[in-house]
Amino acid sequence: MVFRQRGRADVRAVDGVSFSVSPGETVGLVGESGCGKSVTSLAIMGLLPKRGVRVEGSVAFDGTELLALPPDKLRALRGRELAVVFQDPMTSLNPVVPIGTQVTEVLTRHRGLSNGEARREAADLLRRVGIPDPSRRLREYPHQLSGGMRQRALIATALACRPRLLIADEPTTALDVTIQAQILELLRTLVAESGTALILITHDLGVVAGMCDTVHVMYSGRIVERAPRHDLFRDPRHPYTGGLLASVPRLDQPRGARLEPIKGSPRDTIPWATGCAFAPRCPNRIEACTPEAPELVGERHALRCVNPLRSAPEAKVVPR
Amino acid sequence: MSLAQMEAVAPEEAGGSLGRDAWRRLRRNPVAIAGAVLVVLFVAVALLAPWLAPYPPDKPVGQVTPTSIPGPSAEHWFGLDDLGRDEFTRVLWGARWSLVIGVVSLLLGMTGGLLLGLLAGAFGGWVDGVVMRLVDMMLSVPGLLFAIGVAAMLGSGLDAVMIAIAVVNMPIFARLLRGQMLAQRGSDYVLAATAVGVRRRRIVLGHILPNSLTSVIVQGTLTLATAIVDAAGLAFLGLSSNDPSIPEWGRMLADTQRYLSSAPLLAVFPGLAIIVAALGFTLLGESLREALDPKYRR
Amino acid sequence: MSFPSDSPADPVASGEPLLSVRGLKVHFPVHRGVLLRRVAGHVRAVDGVDLDVARGMTYGLVGESGCGKSTLGKAVLRLVEPTSGTVLFNGADIGGQSPEDMRRLRRHMQMVFQDPLASLNPRQSVESALTEPLRAHGFTGDRSRRVRELLDLVGMPSGAAGRYPHEFSGGQRQRIGIARAIALNPELIIADEPVSALDVSIQAQIVNLLEDLQKELGLTYVVVAHDLAVVRHVSDVIGVMYLGALVEESSSDALYAQPLHPYTIALMSAIPIPDPEVEERRRRILLTGDLPSPMNIPPGCRFHTRCPFRQPTRCADEPPGLREARPGRKVACHWAEEIAAGSIRAAASAHDPTATEVGTPSP
Repeated sequence: MVFRQRGRADVRAVDGVSFSVSPGETVGLVGESGCGKSVTSLAIMGLLPKRGVRVEGSVAFDGTELLALPPDKLRALRGRELAVVFQDPMTSLNPVVPIGTQVTEVLTRHRGLSNGEARREAADLLRRVGIPDPSRRLREYPHQLSGGMRQRALIATALACRPRLLIADEPTTALDVTIQAQILELLRTLVAESGTALILITHDLGVVAGMCDTVHVMYSGRIVERAPRHDLFRDPRHPYTGGLLASVPRLDQPRGARLEPIKGSPRDTIPWATGCAFAPRCPNRIEACTPEAPELVGERHALRCVNPLRSAPEAKVVPR
Repeated sequence: MSLAQMEAVAPEEAGGSLGRDAWRRLRRNPVAIAGAVLVVLFVAVALLAPWLAPYPPDKPVGQVTPTSIPGPSAEHWFGLDDLGRDEFTRVLWGARWSLVIGVVSLLLGMTGGLLLGLLAGAFGGWVDGVVMRLVDMMLSVPGLLFAIGVAAMLGSGLDAVMIAIAVVNMPIFARLLRGQMLAQRGSDYVLAATAVGVRRRRIVLGHILPNSLTSVIVQGTLTLATAIVDAAGLAFLGLSSNDPSIPEWGRMLADTQRYLSSAPLLAVFPGLAIIVAALGFTLLGESLREALDPKYRR
Repeated sequence: MSFPSDSPADPVASGEPLLSVRGLKVHFPVHRGVLLRRVAGHVRAVDGVDLDVARGMTYGLVGESGCGKSTLGKAVLRLVEPTSGTVLFNGADIGGQSPEDMRRLRRHMQMVFQDPLASLNPRQSVESALTEPLRAHGFTGDRSRRVRELLDLVGMPSGAAGRYPHEFSGGQRQRIGIARAIALNPELIIADEPVSALDVSIQAQIVNLLEDLQKELGLTYVVVAHDLAVVRHVSDVIGVMYLGALVEESSSDALYAQPLHPYTIALMSAIPIPDPEVEERRRRILLTGDLPSPMNIPPGCRFHTRCPFRQPTRCADEPPGLREARPGRKVACHWAEEIAAGSIRAAASAHDPTATEVGTPSP
């Protein structure tokens, strides 16, 4: 599968983002608010509004061009083979329909199960996502569940049709860490067991480190660094990636060391047309950073930077 | 996830205070412009009626009999009324009375309502309970019916009309302000002000009240429209001044009823005037609401 | 600072804690019924907390949503009214103050809020927001000079004074919120999730700022947060809260080296670490079930319904008190020693098939 797409509103929210994800693989899109990672997921799913937004490029799903697909075909595909889980489960679940109906509906419509089969299957799904007492929960409404339960119910509906591609857009950001651990474990199992391809969108480097095979770091609508996760975390080359890693305190390292924040805020960007968008905040900034934006170069470890961080000597790429 | 939540990429436009922001949005809104034009027209006519009107409003200027009421002509644009007075002049003068009745009744009602709302919102507890039950009782009676009752009780006359409309509007403002204040009272910045030790009175007057007033301004503009319609309604029912020389739109409507078949235009002109005035304030009020609502902020 | 001298309770012996909380409870009544409102129960948001915060140090309160940590922070400042218990600040009982005395006392104890936009009045310029506390406490000096001083302290240009909250980025707004909190030279600052609303790259700026200000102004902090990594970074002592009570209290380093309470163990094992190699090696202890309602706290140990180390005796019927299990370390668990020694191991859950990876976290 190859995704190659470009979105453009009045401003270019996402610009020239290309990546691919294979069955059983987890790809991470990492970045802060405003980097375009959520717009990317909406564009893939065809969920951006038609008016005022232009999406260019190509989103190929198993050879099918999604951007060229008529809306009804896309909708059918969305329920069955593509699924998405958003950050806020409350907005994605219908508040006036019991959880059970929402899950069974997917099963009867997309998998052609009878009502009785669908109910049994739904209860089984809820059990699989770690919801205790599933047959009782099936009768309840979204507001009767806690946030963690709702997110798990939403994942259950996403899993109901055994999607081949799951996009999880900040699936655990609104949840507590102990619940987050449960949900991530669930996603890991899903990918390993059913060969689902997973696109995980998050701002949390810790989540990425534990989940993703390949990581794409996004800044201001473009991918600035792409690498297998071990390479990325051992040897971050883009000053933005390095800055992000240096600015979060780590539980497993001695405390007391001062954090090294990235200066400025995500607002302090310049348009890519006038140079590297990160240049105003970059500690490695040189003359060559403007006025021409660098290209994304490299195969295994790709980088969009003219003056990257020095590669750590012990970090010679180790083939796994 | 809604589009509004979607990551905003553009750096925000450098703006000033919220007021300046709202003003910018207002200027760009065609509905607001239309409303403002109508309102300005209405107010200008009301203020300048004595100079704009070609004839005296209370003296016959032509010959009429019940069977022949002259229609529009070059000398009398809207024709003459049943007593031979110039209809155009009377519509212009009517704006003046509408504005006076509307503004006075609005100010009375708003002041009373805001005081009640402030009392309830600032003190809470049993004060709130008593005030709000009173408000509920007043609101449970249909507005115009309530106004008719009050006006009838006070005896007819312009004062009675203004007081009646004010009384009807009072509970609306009371409830609005109290609701706004309750919402603001629970907000973080009020907690923050408490935490730095700002005095209670200053928190209510300096933080809660100003942030609650935007919706009052909006409501005030909209209420002006209903006040004008209500005033016309009461006058139509004969509850306004008995003085036939006062050109009041509602009364003009009532007086022409008998001639509806022979001179239907006599009802159309004051009717249109009422619609234009009410529409102006409604459009302006609605676009103010949009401009001041944080949800529309970009 | 030029303030009228109404300084309360001079620092008693300097060995005394600046803040001392004893048996603090905050219960919110829950009403049912429309016509006949009656109390249907109580949300026990804070349910009996004791803690001491020494002068000049940072006390971190961690726990997940609904554990009562924010309510505790607000109750200490009497921004919510405690149901029972005492809060001593500088030896003075906060609960016994008249409203006006309490207002004056606020000069010495301030708060930094989670959402910097919501905690600033949208109609108030920065200058006005920063001078407000000065006016409220009768500051007699040059106010606009003090505003410039404050902006400088939090790393903002003095030109920011005339602008409004919505014109700033999240990080800048939080700097303004911090400037307001330090305007009166307080001794104690309660910071309620001070960085959780901010972008990752901004969080470190604010954390560093808080640390710098502590050194410069000799502040004492209580930092309330759910992010254990941030809390551990800034805190000297950490209290872990679960369902309204402290379940463990320890120095920050000792807590990480070996968490003693099963909840702390699970919490720490759940926090993702931005290093794939560590992530692959570590074992996770997954909790099962959901947080019980704070209206209906389980009897016995409040954690026993979800505890992977639950034992057949004592846990369900005997509430464990916060006790000193090791020197300087308090824990509310009957079996802390056995769990630490490895003689009690976590059990996989019966109804959560995902809870298969079980064991003790490898450091």
